[in-house]
Amino acid sequence: MAIPKTVGIETEYGIVHKGTEDPNPIAASSVLINAYLFAAGYRADAAAETVHWDFIDETPDVDARGYAPMGAMPPDVETHLVNAVLTNGARYYVDHAHPELSTPECFDARSCVLYDRAAELIAVRSMEAAGDLLPPGEELVLYKDNSDGKGNTYGCHENYLVDRSTPFGRIVNHATAHFITRQIFTGAGKVGAEVPGMRTDEVDFQLTQRADFFEEEVGLETTLKRPIINTRDEPHADARKYRRLHVIVGDANKSQISTFLKVGTTALVLALCEDDALTREFTFAKPVPTMRQVSHDMSLRAPLELDDGSTITALEIQWELLDHSTKYVEAQGTENVGGDVAYDVLLRWKSVLAALEDDPMTLATQLDWVAKYRLIDGYRERHDLPWDDARLRALDIQYGDMRPDKSLSDRVGLETLVSDDEALIACTEPPHDTRAYFRGRCLQKFGDAVVAANWDSLVFDIGTDALRRVPMMEPLRGTKAHVGSLVDECDSAAELLRRLGT
Amino acid sequence: MAEREQIRKPNTEERESETADAPAASERGEELKAELDDLLDEIDEVLETNAEDFVKSYIQKGGE
Repeated sequence: MAIPKTVGIETEYGIVHKGTEDPNPIAASSVLINAYLFAAGYRADAAAETVHWDFIDETPDVDARGYAPMGAMPPDVETHLVNAVLTNGARYYVDHAHPELSTPECFDARSCVLYDRAAELIAVRSMEAAGDLLPPGEELVLYKDNSDGKGNTYGCHENYLVDRSTPFGRIVNHATAHFITRQIFTGAGKVGAEVPGMRTDEVDFQLTQRADFFEEEVGLETTLKRPIINTRDEPHADARKYRRLHVIVGDANKSQISTFLKVGTTALVLALCEDDALTREFTFAKPVPTMRQVSHDMSLRAPLELDDGSTITALEIQWELLDHSTKYVEAQGTENVGGDVAYDVLLRWKSVLAALEDDPMTLATQLDWVAKYRLIDGYRERHDLPWDDARLRALDIQYGDMRPDKSLSDRVGLETLVSDDEALIACTEPPHDTRAYFRGRCLQKFGDAVVAANWDSLVFDIGTDALRRVPMMEPLRGTKAHVGSLVDECDSAAELLRRLGT
Repeated sequence: MAEREQIRKPNTEERESETADAPAASERGEELKAELDDLLDEIDEVLETNAEDFVKSYIQKGGE
C-alpha cells in the first residue's frame, strides 16, 4: 500500500579556496559553514557551539536487502566535523571534503524545489560570509555540480519514504528502469566523458554529470563501485513501517524544473511500485552500460536492449511510466504523491516528454542539459572550437558557479517555480507539513535548550535533570496543524516537554 | 504511439488554462535564438580568464 512520499534532497557542493597556495577542502568547508552560522546569528562568535547533529540513531551500514555483503564498505560518518541543524529544519555539514546541505523533509516536489533553492541561497550567503572572515585576496567558491571532469565525483542524493512491506525486488526493478530513462530530463549536462578506459573526447557532450560513475546494479556503497540502486537502509523513522530509498544516481540541478520533475516523477513511480500498479517490467539486458548509453545519446533515440532481446527507447519507457502514473492518480487520487502538486508534475512531465521528442532545444529554459548544451554549443560555433577545447569545459564548470556575478546558469533564463522572496523565507522557516516544522520551530524558539538534533529526535537540556529526548519517528507528525499552537503557547522548553508528556 | 493519445490531463479547468497560457514551443525557440546571441556577447566578460589553468586547477575530492 502506498504511503505519502515524504521527500528530501542532499547536495554536496564543489568547493575551491582561491588565493591560497595550499588549499584544504575539509578546512575550507568548515570555515564556510561556520561563517554562515555566525553571519546568520546561530552563534555569538565564530568559535561558539551550535546545536549539534546527534548520531545515536544513525546506521548507514544497514543494508535494505537484509544482510551486509562480504567486502561491502559501510559509509563512515565523520562526527568530528561541523554539523549544524538550521531553523528551517535543514542540516548543514561537512561531508568528506565538501559542504553538504540537506533539505528538511518535504511533503511534495514543489516544497522540495523551494528548500533546494533556499539551500542555494544559503550557499551564496556562506560564500559572502566566508569572504568577510578570510584574509584579503582569499575567497571560497562553491559549485553546484557533481564532477571535476577528472574522474572525481560527489553526490546530489534524493530520499523517498516508502512502505517497508513493498518487496524490495519490485522497487529495484521499476526504479532502475526509471533512473536510467529519467536522465533525459534530470541531466545537468557535461562536456566529455569520464568512463574508465574511455578517452575524454570520445563523447562531445552528454546528458548527465553522474552516469559515467556507476559500476553496479544494486549495492550499499556510495563512494566506490557505485550502484544504480543504493541499498542503504536507514529510514530515520519507524523502521517497522518505513524504508527510505536513498537515490544516488541524480545530478545536482540548477534548473528548478529538472529538480521538480526528478523528485515528482520518482515519487509517482515509487507509489506505483507500492500499489503494484506497474504491469510491465522493463528489465535491461545490461543496466550499467545502458545508463551510460542513455547519457551519451543526444538523439534520445538509441535502442536500449531489454533482457528478452527486444529494444526500446528512453522516451518510450518514460511515456509508459507517465501513462501509468496518470491513470494511477485518476484512480487513487493524489494523497500519497504530494497532493495537488502531483497534477502539475503530470502536466510538466507530459509537456517535457513531448518537447524532447519533437525538438529538445525548445527546452533551453527548462532543462539543465539543454540550457548548458545550447550555451556551450553556441560558444563553440561562434569561436569555431573543437569540443575538447578547455574553454568549453570552463563554461561547463562555470555553469554551476554559485557566485551571482559569475554563474552562467543564472544567465540562461531558466524558468523558476518558486520566487527568491519565498526561498529567502524558507532559509529560516521550516515547511509546515512535515515533522521538520517541529524541529525548526523548537530551534527558533527554544534553541538554547536543544542540545542535539537528528532527523527523528530532538534532545533537550532543561537544566533540572537528565537530558530529554523527544522521538519523532513519524515524518508527517509534528506539523503546524499538530503542534503549531502548542509551540506558540509555550514560554519555555520545560513547559513544552511537560505538555508533550515526555 | 496511439497509447500516448490516451494520456489524459487532470480534468480541472484551472490546470487546463495554465497550459493554454504557455507560449507555443516554436515561438519560444525563435525567441531563444535571439537571446542566445545576446548571452554569448555577455559571456566573454564573465568567463574565467585563463580557461586552461582554470580547468586544470578545478580538482575536487570524491564525496558522498
